[in-house]
Amino acid sequence: MIEIKNLQKRFDLGKGQLLHAVDGVDLSIEENSIVGLVGESGSGKSTLGKVLVGLHQKSGGDIYYSGERLPDRYCSADYRRLGKDIQMIFQDPYASLNPRMTIEEILVEPLKLQKWGNESSRREKAAAWLERVNLQTSHLGRYPHEFSGGQRQRIGIARALITEPKFVVCDEPISALDVSVQAQVINLLGELQETMGLTLLFIAHDLSMVRYISDVMVVMYLGAVVEKGPADQVFFNPQHPYTQALTKSNPLADPKQERHRQHDMIEGEVPSPVNLPPGCRFAGRCDRAVDRCRKESPALKLVAENQWAACHLVDEYSL
Amino acid sequence: MTDTTAIPALEVKDLQVDFSAQGGKVQAVRGVSFSVQPGETLGIVGESGCGKSVTMMSLMGLIPMPPGRIVGGSAKLSGREILHLPVAELNKIRGVDIGMVFQDPMSALNPTMKIGEQIAETLMVHKGMSKSAALKRAVELLDRTKIPEAQKRAKQYPFEFSGGMLQRAVIAMSLACNPSVLIADEPTTALDVTIQNQVLELMRDIQKEEGMAIVLITHDLGVVARMADKVAVMYAGQIVESGSAEDIFYRSAHPYTLGLKEAMPAPNMHVDERLVAIAGSPPDLFSPPLGCGYCSRCETAMSICNRQLPELIAVGDAHQSRCWHQHQMMDASVEGLFQPNYRTDRESSSSESAQ
Repeated sequence: MIEIKNLQKRFDLGKGQLLHAVDGVDLSIEENSIVGLVGESGSGKSTLGKVLVGLHQKSGGDIYYSGERLPDRYCSADYRRLGKDIQMIFQDPYASLNPRMTIEEILVEPLKLQKWGNESSRREKAAAWLERVNLQTSHLGRYPHEFSGGQRQRIGIARALITEPKFVVCDEPISALDVSVQAQVINLLGELQETMGLTLLFIAHDLSMVRYISDVMVVMYLGAVVEKGPADQVFFNPQHPYTQALTKSNPLADPKQERHRQHDMIEGEVPSPVNLPPGCRFAGRCDRAVDRCRKESPALKLVAENQWAACHLVDEYSL
Repeated sequence: MTDTTAIPALEVKDLQVDFSAQGGKVQAVRGVSFSVQPGETLGIVGESGCGKSVTMMSLMGLIPMPPGRIVGGSAKLSGREILHLPVAELNKIRGVDIGMVFQDPMSALNPTMKIGEQIAETLMVHKGMSKSAALKRAVELLDRTKIPEAQKRAKQYPFEFSGGMLQRAVIAMSLACNPSVLIADEPTTALDVTIQNQVLELMRDIQKEEGMAIVLITHDLGVVARMADKVAVMYAGQIVESGSAEDIFYRSAHPYTLGLKEAMPAPNMHVDERLVAIAGSPPDLFSPPLGCGYCSRCETAMSICNRQLPELIAVGDAHQSRCWHQHQMMDASVEGLFQPNYRTDRESSSSESAQ
């Protein structure tokens, strides 16, 4: 459904410095699936999501949506046309709703832009959607500040889905919410995905949640995909040293396991994505790195059934 | 592991904190008690607005008064009362006997001062060290918190540090005077998991060497499971359950603790099995409910839960829970008050409203 080929996004910082936020990402997303995208801050996961909905212009590569190549530069007609099918749910439910618009105005706006129905049918649809996200029609006249974080996120979901899109980018939709409220939002997303047959790109840094919700898990580091494959496989049997470090650092809500677990740490921090050195991006923090890792950038290769990793030290899988 | 007869490093009893607001007051902390022994880690868990940060801030005298007001209770640091101390006295304790690490290290540091000088300032003020001696010690402290090239880093400003490095610098600063208690308020919430791992490990190591008590405030059950010996679960300004980490995770007694655990996906669950979400949202502490704070969200609420506040009662060795269900089992005198399925009766008459 979505085919991303060699996607590049560079930000020019001036003084001849280029920041490679997304550097050569290939990814295909199957219809009706949930793809989880994980990585630490600065890995380029949000930038990738924003390029997909046209909020950032790509610097190179191609994105195909149902066979159609998406434009390099969106004009307002492109947004209107593609906005019907491709939508986004944002991270911060406090910043992503206009405080001066009522809930009705917020929900009706996408329909207006799509020239969908007339005033009363739009209002009806907004009311129906509010109920669908477990809020009440009586809330239509209220303003965002009257709602809690979880309720606002549900309004954000209703706004994204009201045009009945096919593909939705969820950019950290639960990181700003408390645990008890996270489950409400995740359940709602899972349910809507099923009933509407949505395809989701779920961006997050919470590994356990991404494993739970996704079919496919993609791990990014410094702008590149280092591992991808079936979510359970990547989570329980990671092949790339970075994914292994991530799963080992991921704290479990189980004191006995936590105490007996080895917390081998990866040293250091994510280096700056400005003027990257040659070789593997992770080489500087990898305790297994050899000379080759510092010279030659590894390509993604098949390391287990349907599982791909970009590491020189992992053997290729053969059938 | 710890000597229970020793004087606790920090002992808080029945702490109550109010904030006056337009047209009334918000009862942010409603009678919180806990204690930590030297060398022990207490995890305080709860969602935003449950009063966990206000509890710790009020101990340090860091809440603005007014509008804040400590209504009652006591807090003893190694046996000495510290609530209501005059500022001059508090200043001798803060940063000396109690160290504090905040969630956002960037706003905890002065952006216009070099890192080394900020740490040295603490030493000069509290220990009366000379500037050169204090600067030398600051470099040692940075080195101890595993900041590479500490000598060079000490001469840099906060903006030149990454988030993880800044948090190490804040930890170095809070350790400068060898505090007996370290209060860490969501110390790793703003950090990535691999960096979180490093910072938690560092806190562990330092605790092993120094034997200080740590009070770790967090909303992340994983972090608590990893770090805490004892856990207190807070909800709506009160502790609803407390006990050893094993009690809380394997023998959860309070419906809220259970709810929190079930809201997270188990390792074998997949999206077609729904998570057990806790419906609704926490009560407004502007007018706290008469009964149990969790009543309106509780699946097993009974009629008494809405009318009368349950006490914390022992459900095991050093394991306490604030729930009428346990009273029902323990205490026959309130029998007759219980009417199960209370929630289903009430739900038919009123429906959920937005705050």
